[in-house]
Amino acid sequence: MKNLRSLNNPYRDDKVFEGCAIFALLNQAGRNVSGEPVFRAISNMRNRGNGLGGGFAVYGIYPEYAEHYALQVMFDDPLAREEVESYLKGRFEVADEEEVPTRKTQAVIHPPQVFRYFLKPRAGWMDDVTEDERVIRAVMDINIGIKDAFVFSSGKNMGVFKGVGHPETIAEYFRLDEYRGYLWTAHSRFPTNSRAWWGGAHPFSILDWTVIHNGEISSYGINRRYLEMHGYACTLETDTEVLAYIVDLLARRQRLPMSLVTKIMAPPLWEEIERMKEPERSELIKLRQIYSSLLVNGPFACVIAHHGEMIGLNDRIRLRPMTAGIGGENLYISSEEASIRLVCPELDEFWSPQGGDPIVGRVKPESPEIFEPARPEVSDEDRAGLKAGGRV
Amino acid sequence: MISNPNMDIDNLELETRNLKPPTARLARVDARGLDYRELNRRVDELLASGAGEIEIRGVHGQRYIASRVRRPVSFRIHGTPGNDLAAFSDGVRLEVFGDAQDGVGNTMNSGEIIIHGRAGDIVGMGMRGGRIFIRDEVGYRTAIHMKEYGEQRPVIVIGVMGQDFLGEYMAGGVVVILNLPPRNPKSFSRPPAFIGTGIHGGKIFFRGKLEPYQTGKEVGFDRPDEKEMEFLSGIIRDYSNYFGLNLAQVVPDDFIKLYPKHLRPYGRLYAY
Repeated sequence: MKNLRSLNNPYRDDKVFEGCAIFALLNQAGRNVSGEPVFRAISNMRNRGNGLGGGFAVYGIYPEYAEHYALQVMFDDPLAREEVESYLKGRFEVADEEEVPTRKTQAVIHPPQVFRYFLKPRAGWMDDVTEDERVIRAVMDINIGIKDAFVFSSGKNMGVFKGVGHPETIAEYFRLDEYRGYLWTAHSRFPTNSRAWWGGAHPFSILDWTVIHNGEISSYGINRRYLEMHGYACTLETDTEVLAYIVDLLARRQRLPMSLVTKIMAPPLWEEIERMKEPERSELIKLRQIYSSLLVNGPFACVIAHHGEMIGLNDRIRLRPMTAGIGGENLYISSEEASIRLVCPELDEFWSPQGGDPIVGRVKPESPEIFEPARPEVSDEDRAGLKAGGRV
Repeated sequence: MISNPNMDIDNLELETRNLKPPTARLARVDARGLDYRELNRRVDELLASGAGEIEIRGVHGQRYIASRVRRPVSFRIHGTPGNDLAAFSDGVRLEVFGDAQDGVGNTMNSGEIIIHGRAGDIVGMGMRGGRIFIRDEVGYRTAIHMKEYGEQRPVIVIGVMGQDFLGEYMAGGVVVILNLPPRNPKSFSRPPAFIGTGIHGGKIFFRGKLEPYQTGKEVGFDRPDEKEMEFLSGIIRDYSNYFGLNLAQVVPDDFIKLYPKHLRPYGRLYAY
């Protein structure tokens, strides 16, 4: 007799495996490139996701508005759009606005509207803080205060495109084949601890910082409470959100170099610190004491990106896979080596870093297309000001 | 009845059908663009028709290749095979011309896997027999909970080095680390640590020196005895032959032996 169960479920996938997939490409010369290899690479890891979340962050896509913040906002309800637009128009000069172009894609069901606004803060609104701080305030106000509206991204000359579906589906829906960027990150989601919705897909972002992540952040509660004290509201129901805010707080606001930021998020174990020589030992002890609430615990592999720089980071005992390769001008980071070799068979360098050892990719500073150079190493002055910093 | 949900129904039926015995026939498969299920279905068809040697080209991350195959057949794989390569395999001889990913030889029972490149995490997880030779380095948690019983004694040989937690909770078998110069040096920004954490069976032979902090506290150190030196000579010879390398500088005298100090390290922790 025919096994009826096998007709409905021919592969007997009644138990599902895997976590998410991450893939990232940085053109280290700063040249804008097509996302085609990224789409191919992430869809090669289709088994790692389950179609409940896919997304991309792309840098260098809006050169005509490079000096404007590009706010990409998702609306579950047309009324929310009116509310957001009246909020924005009171506080920002809006140079341009449009619906993010999409194409009819069969696998995309009930998509929300996504609009983008190119804007600069108006004089007279929160003049006492930087433009960046004003944009963060607007993002938080919209995310907390306006029902059915969520900001996908808010950086200059970059954008986040994400939704419920496999990443290749999302790429097709948002017509990402028509964009060119020098830095692409891609994520395929397999939600385990929270529901699948458009805002919950990766990347998560604030200003031009974006994060894609595979794993679980067991320290989410501690991280979240600390971030809330610094004005970041976690509204997207997913642990990954805290990574974006941690990096914004440490790297942008407190001006720590990424080498320290990664050591705060994934510090060496205490026994390792004990074996270190001075002054490294004392510095790490200080970091762990000052920033104990920003230690990211649990298994994770993530890629943090902003203009000019891309960082891959694992938890300290590498409980999630991550590999990296360099081929020609491109640096690749991937959950699986096969995806890198699929799009770049001849690699000049390949490695799989130990837990907590970051993969650091930077655009060469002389690159013409980057409007914001990679952040300089922190100066003594900044280091001294570190203690005072950190409050909105 | 096997209940691994990854195996499709057709595969399970294969088990019970009257299969043709493997012959010397060589079969070729082009894996480009194939989903892992489609690829493995084709491989199973070839096995059923008596192919004794299967060459797969253009592999790009497809999982479970040669998994659950229980016949004395040989595979030659070109490209980058995906996770769980030759998992649960029994009697297969498999060569990879390229790198392998995570879970190579997961719960493998017998046979031999030779990787002309590196491999990812958890190589030989729960392995119960057979041998795995890896030319370059391996990722985290190699030989995690590898075991042995009677004649069944798995062996993993690593040309370069394993990352942290090698031999974690190891319960049997042998791991040999030749500590040759790394091919991907960025994978070792610090010396590997936590070697043999929780080990309670088996042995690890390591060429060179280890600082005490690099191993778990359940690990004892010793020099290999004469019989073990002989075993190591054979391993070095096989490794050189498989990968066409001249390893005159590698001699059994340079190895240290790591062994479990206790057979039940957590006896007092978990048992009452």
